Amino acid sequence: MANQATLPTSEKDLWSGGTEPFKASYGKLMMWFFLISDAFTFSAFLIAYGVIRFRHPGYDGTLSDFSFSQSYWPVPEKVFEAFPFFHGVELPLVFVGLMTFILILSSVTMVLAVEAGHRMDRQAVEKWMIWTIFGGLTFLGCQAWEWSHFIHGTDAGTKLLDGSIIYGANLQTNQYGPPDFAAFFFFITGFHGFHVFSGVALNFLIFYQATVGILERRGHYEMVEKVGLYWHFVDLVWVFVFTFFYLV
Amino acid sequence: MIEPEISSINPEPADKSKIWKIWKVAIILGLVTAAEFYVALQFPESWKSFKIFLFIGMTFVKAGYIIGEFMHLAHEQKSLMWTILIPCVFVVWLLGALFIQADAIYQAIYS
Repeated sequence: MANQATLPTSEKDLWSGGTEPFKASYGKLMMWFFLISDAFTFSAFLIAYGVIRFRHPGYDGTLSDFSFSQSYWPVPEKVFEAFPFFHGVELPLVFVGLMTFILILSSVTMVLAVEAGHRMDRQAVEKWMIWTIFGGLTFLGCQAWEWSHFIHGTDAGTKLLDGSIIYGANLQTNQYGPPDFAAFFFFITGFHGFHVFSGVALNFLIFYQATVGILERRGHYEMVEKVGLYWHFVDLVWVFVFTFFYLV
Repeated sequence: MIEPEISSINPEPADKSKIWKIWKVAIILGLVTAAEFYVALQFPESWKSFKIFLFIGMTFVKAGYIIGEFMHLAHEQKSLMWTILIPCVFVVWLLGALFIQADAIYQAIYS
């Protein structure tokens, strides 16, 4: 996809030094550098998750006999198997899978918005930005439901050694496994969710600017491209979270 | 800021092949995700390490398409591409260092 900004080389494209490093505009290059640092933050979270996971014993029985216990790390597909309006039906990973598809699709509509921006097609930019914002909001809604389910827990709860029963998870107790498991769930998906939220806010800003004609008067739609980079990064992080938190 | 509209700009028509290329990448991403599901739910439990290997492989395929095509990095200057990719080596180092540490903690507690 030739998504390179097709700007004419003019005075305003040059940096103050008079040249354009990497043939990328200042804004795009700085967005890339920000994304690298953000990638390091997320890598640190996911690696920390791996470390804490492997310092706990794993579950080594068969899946059908699996029950929640504080003494080993839970199997993710046994924790995340609920789906809205299907109470009590075991649908392992179906809901997170749906969330993954939603986020990938909103990334696709973002690329289409960038492509429309290159053609100076304001109506198409507006249309695809609206779809992108819609996808982001849907993802956030799904995440809110998932958190709520995770916090409230299953009907049966988990019985501790002292006979007490705990339901759901918070930062102190956790029915699904060691307390660290819930802490990482909140931290990693929460930090990602906050990125999605910021992304939706930025997307809305760009949508607004496109709609009132600010971008058209500026002569190019490069802002769509820069915010698009951020939005794809959010999708990219989710691909990794999905694998390392939910699948492995 | 809001001024009356001047719609003197005529958008260029969409290039069908470009749009199709975008959707092609989208279909690949969807298919790989579907394959991940198939592996997670249909492959026998005893293939644990093989499954993890497949998951990580498929994740990098998806990451490659998102970074290379959607974020357009594959079509930027090569020097920019390597400036972005090479620092990620440090992540591999962190992974190695901390997993050795994790194993040491596990050994100290459970054996």
